[in-house]
Amino acid sequence: MKILCAVKRVVDYNVKIRVKTDQSGVETSNVKFSMNPFDEIAVEEAVRLKEAGTATEIVVVSIGPAQAQETLRTALAMGADRAILVQTDVETQPLAVAKVLKALVEKEAPGLVILGKQAIDDDCNQTGQMLAALLGWGQGTFASKVVPADGKVTVTREIDGGLETVELALPAVVTADLRLNEPRYASLPNIMKAKKKPLETVTPDSLGVDVTPRLTTLKVTEPAKRKAGVKVADVAALVDKLKNEARVI
Amino acid sequence: MANILVIAEHDNAALKPATLNAVTAAGKIGGDIHILVAGKGAQAAADAAAKVAGVAKVLLADDAAYEHQLPEDVAPLVVSLAKSGYGHVLAGATSMGKNLLPRVAALLDVAAISDITGVASADTFERPIYAGNAIATVQSSDAVKIITVRTTAFETAAAEGGSAAVETVAGAGAASLSRFVSAELTKSERPELTAARVVVSGGRGMQSGENFPLLEALADKLGAAVGASRAAVDAGFVPNDYQVGQTGKIVAPELYIAVGISGAIQHLAGMKDSKVIVAINKDEEAPIFQVADYGLVADLFKAVPELTAELDKR
Ligand SMILES: Cc1cc2nc3c(=O)[nH]c(=O)nc-3n(C[C@H](O)[C@H](O)[C@H](O)COP(=O)(O)OP(=O)(O)OC[C@H]3O[C@@H](n4cnc5c(N)ncnc54)[C@H](O)[C@@H]3O)c2cc1C
Ligand SMILES: Cc1cc2nc3c(=O)[nH]c(=O)nc-3n(C[C@H](O)[C@H](O)[C@H](O)COP(=O)(O)OP(=O)(O)OC[C@H]3O[C@@H](n4cnc5c(N)ncnc54)[C@H](O)[C@@H]3O)c2cc1C
Repeated sequence: MKILCAVKRVVDYNVKIRVKTDQSGVETSNVKFSMNPFDEIAVEEAVRLKEAGTATEIVVVSIGPAQAQETLRTALAMGADRAILVQTDVETQPLAVAKVLKALVEKEAPGLVILGKQAIDDDCNQTGQMLAALLGWGQGTFASKVVPADGKVTVTREIDGGLETVELALPAVVTADLRLNEPRYASLPNIMKAKKKPLETVTPDSLGVDVTPRLTTLKVTEPAKRKAGVKVADVAALVDKLKNEARVI
Repeated sequence: MANILVIAEHDNAALKPATLNAVTAAGKIGGDIHILVAGKGAQAAADAAAKVAGVAKVLLADDAAYEHQLPEDVAPLVVSLAKSGYGHVLAGATSMGKNLLPRVAALLDVAAISDITGVASADTFERPIYAGNAIATVQSSDAVKIITVRTTAFETAAAEGGSAAVETVAGAGAASLSRFVSAELTKSERPELTAARVVVSGGRGMQSGENFPLLEALADKLGAAVGASRAAVDAGFVPNDYQVGQTGKIVAPELYIAVGISGAIQHLAGMKDSKVIVAINKDEEAPIFQVADYGLVADLFKAVPELTAELDKR
């Protein structure tokens, strides 16, 4: 079975982001970018399925600027076999990303597509669900366990009340949640090897996909800041404040 | 003005509170509000929806295919209803809403707008990005707007006071793409995390799951729900549904007590809109103190039992 993984280049989760003064967005020049953490989990899962003999080939895809090649190389170093960059400088929205991925799925015919559950920049949590809809496939979102067998995949999902297990006909789309696995660090030899693995570059146009955005960002502003309060000396002082000042107990 | 369809979140017997937050958001958009209850044997949930203040009509799709409300089955129904003349489709940004609505949006070939915290007009909405460190105002040019609603940003609509008619709609049948196998729901006598007036959360500083009863004793004194940081969930101290944060649950209680939690931005994203924040941490430099109204620098294993005992005195 071939597995396709989508990986997004995002501002690193450790970066304290700043909103631009002209309210056009957030400052992304001179900040560190990395692979979206959920996508590392997605790639790790694919690599483990290959190590277990369930998967035969792992293709990783990123949609974005030329620099997204670095993100793809990271995925190759983790153990993916081949990469496709769908190069565009337009900031793509989830529906457009899903359409691009659909076009690639039709070409590559994977048995399973694994994405992250959400990208930590725009926090949309949409792309996997949209891709499943466009393909007419089942979706196993927020997965904490993925077991493919006999033309089906059993997915345990992290839901608000606990866990839910569903069985999907293959091919299917899965989106990775935090507890699915702990991604490995690529070793130096694997980073070197990854440089020689195939990386193909295409464009949305060449795939016949219109990535025109449907949503216009009118402005991006800073949220209201919380002021630090006071330190209290002991538990008795804390209870007094909660009772008599904040009046919440 | 076009009508608004709110997708009910329910267990066939009762409505989940997220539905009531979505109704309030719908009220800010303007237009008649209809609620869709898709389920199996869900008359009771539909009757509850009919009583919600401000609701004009309830659509009940009762079909064996909707017993577990899997998105592969429910999405086609919502799509056909949306095409029949709704301008907006809303649901709470819960694990159910987040799973279903993007699927609906893609089938309609429209964008989805996730986790809105404000309604500027019928086509313009506010939503947090970058773990809530920036707020984007986005405008949609699509004919139907598909929206999930951050529940903490909108009050709950009154559960009583309405008297909407319940209309039966035909189901779209099973898509046969997915099958429900089982659910393992966390059982608790305590209030639900996202709806609790007080939340007591523990982090890596708790050291083990065996120490969580310390927090539970405190929570029971306060009628509070118990939450956790990702580190505490990853370490297996508590189940996944306890996680508060950017990628867990968003809470905004009147009182949030963070115990042994450092205050990473991903955690703050889930609780910084709480009315009053208390932090108990032995490290006076911990970032959590930058957002806490009241900070107590102390060893939690001493401070938490003391706090529980102090509340006992009242
Ligand atoms: C301030 C700001 C303004 C913006 N303005 C615009 C605008 O005007 N127009 C516009 O078109 N866009 C704009 N964008 C960008 C756009 O909103 C996002 O890129 C888009 O919404 C993607 O959402 P997401 O990554 O949160 O998707 P999610 O659905 O959260 O992503 C889930 C998963 O999908 C996969 N995935 C997502 N994107 C990619 C990708 N590019 N390549 C590979 N896999 C991927 C990953 O596996 C990821 O884990 C703006 C963004 C910001 C921050
Ligand atoms: C993609 C991604 C998504 C994430 N999503 C989330 C999320 O949704 N929610 C979330 O919480 N995190 C999330 N995180 C993780 C986040 O970055 C932090 O790692 C996590 O919040 C840390 O948890 P913690 O504060 O419990 O642990 P730590 O940072 O280790 O802090 C433990 C604290 O306990 C204190 N302590 C220790 N012993 C005692 C004692 N005896 N008495 C008093 N205090 C004590 C220490 O001083 C320290 O401040 C995410 C990370 C990533 C990369």
